[in-house]
Amino acid sequence: MDLSRFIQYIASGTAYTLGVTIIALPSGLILGIIFAIIYVYGGKIAARIMNFYSTIMRGIPPIVLLFILYFIMSGSINLTPFWAGSISLGIISSAYQMEIIRGAILSVSGGQMIAALAIGMSRMQAIRYIILPQTLRLAIPPWSNEAAIVIKDSSLVYALGVPEILRRAQLISASTQQPFLAYTTAAFIYFVLVLITNTLLGRLEKRLRIPANP
Amino acid sequence: MADWFNLLVRFFDDFLVGAMVTLELTAIGLVMGFVLGLGLALSRAYGSKPLRWFATGYIELFRGTPLLVQLFLIYYGLPSLGITLSQSVSAYLALGLNSAAYQAEYLRGAILAIGNTQMTAGRAVGLSRWQTIIHIILPQALRLAIPSWSNEPILLLKSTGVVFLIAVQDLMAKAKRAATQTYNPIGSYLAVAVVYLAMVFALNALLKLLERRARIPGFELAGKKGEI
Amino acid sequence: MANHILTIKNLTKIYGDNVIFEGIDLTVDEGDTIVIIGPSGTGKSTLLRCINLLTKPNGGQIWLDDLEITAADVDEDNVRQHIGMVFQNFLLFNHLTALNNVKLGLVKVKKMDKAAAETKAFQELERVGLSDRAHHYPGQLSGGQQQRVAIARALAMDPRIMLFDEPTSALDPELIGEVLEVMRKLSLAGMTMVVVTHEMGFAREVADRIVFMEKGSIVEQGSPDDLFYRPKFPRTREFLWKITELYGKKEEEA
Repeated sequence: MDLSRFIQYIASGTAYTLGVTIIALPSGLILGIIFAIIYVYGGKIAARIMNFYSTIMRGIPPIVLLFILYFIMSGSINLTPFWAGSISLGIISSAYQMEIIRGAILSVSGGQMIAALAIGMSRMQAIRYIILPQTLRLAIPPWSNEAAIVIKDSSLVYALGVPEILRRAQLISASTQQPFLAYTTAAFIYFVLVLITNTLLGRLEKRLRIPANP
Repeated sequence: MADWFNLLVRFFDDFLVGAMVTLELTAIGLVMGFVLGLGLALSRAYGSKPLRWFATGYIELFRGTPLLVQLFLIYYGLPSLGITLSQSVSAYLALGLNSAAYQAEYLRGAILAIGNTQMTAGRAVGLSRWQTIIHIILPQALRLAIPSWSNEPILLLKSTGVVFLIAVQDLMAKAKRAATQTYNPIGSYLAVAVVYLAMVFALNALLKLLERRARIPGFELAGKKGEI
Repeated sequence: MANHILTIKNLTKIYGDNVIFEGIDLTVDEGDTIVIIGPSGTGKSTLLRCINLLTKPNGGQIWLDDLEITAADVDEDNVRQHIGMVFQNFLLFNHLTALNNVKLGLVKVKKMDKAAAETKAFQELERVGLSDRAHHYPGQLSGGQQQRVAIARALAMDPRIMLFDEPTSALDPELIGEVLEVMRKLSLAGMTMVVVTHEMGFAREVADRIVFMEKGSIVEQGSPDDLFYRPKFPRTREFLWKITELYGKKEEEA
């Protein structure tokens, strides 16, 4: 098999890898934001529950959680491995993203909330217009770390049989007896994906930066 | 689902053996990663240009690609270059090389924080560069790094979970066996999840102890313990 | 009650074992400028925060005009629209320009139309002399400028009463003047104000009434002349003249 077809075959798995990431990362973000708001502003009992959720979800290896969630989902609802895997990764990521956003919320000074209340805003309004906009800016650096992790963890759905990059590399290495080349290609593609993501997020951070005189 | 407990009891011996393997993988990966990571950190902080480039390249590569791919590359890929390694050795190697890249960053951060002033002080007293690094900078840097570094053992423990995919008989492998024997995948993996949690808690407690013992009073990094 | 803008009756605040203040009675009429002075830690700031319900008192009542704002069923957010507050640390919204800082409350709380809100916001910035900095971010403004924007932000809500919590304490000395000047003009224009400050020059010149608080209660209150020249308690005289030595002299030298 010539080189270009070889690479093409593996690269076509990128669609699946990207698909998994595009489902997992944003769903993790939305859940993470909601959970973080509940954690910080929801009172003592809510905070305890969120803390428990965080400890459990971050204490169990992602591969184990992936399998558990996958089997639960494919058992009850009829989901393909791709969807079950993606949603599972999203749920797993939400615990990490919750911690990131929570950390960022806590970094926004408490005075901002007080100032918002002082002009008659409700708490919800303050969170939405004052706290969150500042939080999301602060969260970008640790979040781009998490984005890279989700891209890399998407390789775990290999174990569910999803024909993403790694699975394709394995299939083609078996048929062409070129495992080193196959896995190196796979590694290279992941590397490029992570690089692009980090670069884009770095630019986003620069764009959103609030101007200040040194 | 709730029968995870029964499964845990039934396969306890098996799971225990698997857990031991997991811990072994973690320990070896951690130590390897530390030695190599320290070398990389020192290279980046004090090395010549080519050495710095190599270290940076290594770190970017290993942090920019999935552990699972690295594992497969070592176990399945190297043989075609004439290097055939057993499953266990491949696992140790992958975990160690991978962990080194992350540990290098924690250590480098601490070294930079100690930085130039201490180097100046050491040289001023007449120590050579190398002596200053070993006797002045590293002792402080290593202790300073502990809060942020202690993320790594736990991350490593969790990441060992993938090695069962090259048939290393760790805890996940035992879970899979239990699942195929009992046709109860959810219960089996839940049972192991509990075991992993127990290991993580224990490791966490150990690390907190280490942190407390090693702390230099009044001297802390804006430490990011607990942030993953 | 009656025609006071602000009525405080028997107000008490306790934190754990500490009595911050107890049995505070105070009334403020329309157009009054009240300056509260006293040693640090006597609960002056806490008192201010109770007035706009940022802190809940443990006992006593507060009325804004005819409404008892300490009642259980009161809509606090609504009440705060009518009480303006300026903080020691400015507390501008970091991610918004000066203009948007002032405009936000108009659009989101008063539900004004965006164009109208923008016009009004500009007017308020004009009032404090900062319309040329409308599109600057807090990080690009000096402390004095930030505090003036904070004043504009509070004024934009057309409050019944303005509260100032040590507005110049966090400012470099050369920036204090511009803020006090804005406050002085505001007072002359008839705004009802309660100011906690150490700036004795300001108190003497601008206050209609000075309230001296110590150890959680009001020691005495009266016109500036009363307190400075005919104080009823030796403690009052001690405090006033010591503080004037520290702060007042600056005004004379200037």
